[in-house]
Amino acid sequence: MDLIVPLLRGARVTIEIAALASLVAIAVGLVVGLARLAPWRAVRALAVCYVELFRGTSLLVQLFWWFFVLPHFGIFLAPETVGIFGIGMNIGAYGAEVVRGAIRAVPRAQHEAAIALNMPPALRMRRIILPQAFRAMLPPWGNLLIELLKGTSLVSLITLHDLTFVAAQLNVATFRTLEIFSLVLVLYYLLARGVITPAVRWLERRASRGWVRSEV
Amino acid sequence: MVKFDAVVKRYGGLVVLDGLDLEVAAGERVAIIGPSGSGKTTVLRVLMTLEPIDGGIIHVDGEPLTHMARNGRLVPADERHLRRLRGRIGMVFQHFNLFPHMTALENCMEAPLHVLGLSRAEARERAAGLLEMVGLGDKRDAYPGALSGGQQQRVAIARALAMRPKVMLFDEVTSALDPELVGEVLQVIRRLGEEHGLTMLMVTHQIAFAREFAHRVCFFDAGRIAEQGPPDRILVEPEHPRTRQFLSAVLESH
Repeated sequence: MDLIVPLLRGARVTIEIAALASLVAIAVGLVVGLARLAPWRAVRALAVCYVELFRGTSLLVQLFWWFFVLPHFGIFLAPETVGIFGIGMNIGAYGAEVVRGAIRAVPRAQHEAAIALNMPPALRMRRIILPQAFRAMLPPWGNLLIELLKGTSLVSLITLHDLTFVAAQLNVATFRTLEIFSLVLVLYYLLARGVITPAVRWLERRASRGWVRSEV
Repeated sequence: MVKFDAVVKRYGGLVVLDGLDLEVAAGERVAIIGPSGSGKTTVLRVLMTLEPIDGGIIHVDGEPLTHMARNGRLVPADERHLRRLRGRIGMVFQHFNLFPHMTALENCMEAPLHVLGLSRAEARERAAGLLEMVGLGDKRDAYPGALSGGQQQRVAIARALAMRPKVMLFDEVTSALDPELVGEVLQVIRRLGEEHGLTMLMVTHQIAFAREFAHRVCFFDAGRIAEQGPPDRILVEPEHPRTRQFLSAVLESH
């Protein structure tokens, strides 16, 4: 009991960072994913650079950059800000690929039907293509958000008192290693399995309400 | 109403339309038949601006479709010009291409609402009326996945009509249907022609339907019209050997 109270306090920080970083990741994923498909070459190139840079380097090193390197250039960011945006922008790079893939997977026939109804490009994307792509991108987004949740443990290394940080601290103070890290394991699992998975499932059910995919 | 002038379309090195000339009068119903790969579907696709053309010019209702006049010269059309001209044409596809995330009614309301700028009430009334006309008044809240092929195709016809096009294009609209569902779709098309006098271009393998419904039949071969004329002549006593060969092959299979 004396362990669970501080651990839950840490879990609260973890949840806050994960929730806000998820919003950043989804926003970044959507914007960069759409930019990857933009009709303008320069925009596409920029989006490719973003994805490759953020996906191709270590998340922990990225966080250290924001937190320890930027101050050398006179930019000081709060650890919460670094946690939320650092993790969100990293996962957002993966998300961009998910968004792009799902949009590309909508059959060409759907674009053609929309053109035949004289819909301009932006309307086609917003009303016809994205709603169908949305449904296809939910399962991979579920994966990414679980990845994101677990990634938040890295913020313990930039002074935030999250679940992992509290666990490490308790361990040093009490040496009840087995109990502490078993509890932490369970807490992360409950967050992933008890919150993210049901939320994504619920969205999936909502998004596919009524429509059965025809075989063509 | 529609005029193709020496229209050329290539896919890579393959010439699909080889200097095609074709004129369709207002209210005329033209059936396009021919072997696969003869370019017949491409005629509809370039007219719907789903594909750009590589040569020649297409006029719709007296105006160039794929080109526009600028400083007295014809230049390739921009998106704005295409959108203005495209509004005169509607198309129904072989595989229906309904929007699976919308009900039958929403499928028919979508473009009138967001493209024509109708109010929700007007769009709903128009869509409901058209679904009634194609015999699906009771299916308006069904999603496409819950409808049969014939029903889906009739929704697709209503959806295209909701834009009030002057020309309707039918691209093998019964080819993906089970045989017993073909009749209900053809019946809707027949009514459209007889009661509304729409200009129609249809690519079809339904020879019997073409014979009684079309004003003119065009037999396509190798990207050109090999032979054309009234259905009773083309479909009964064709002159061109390729037409004869094609017809006997098609009729054989029926």
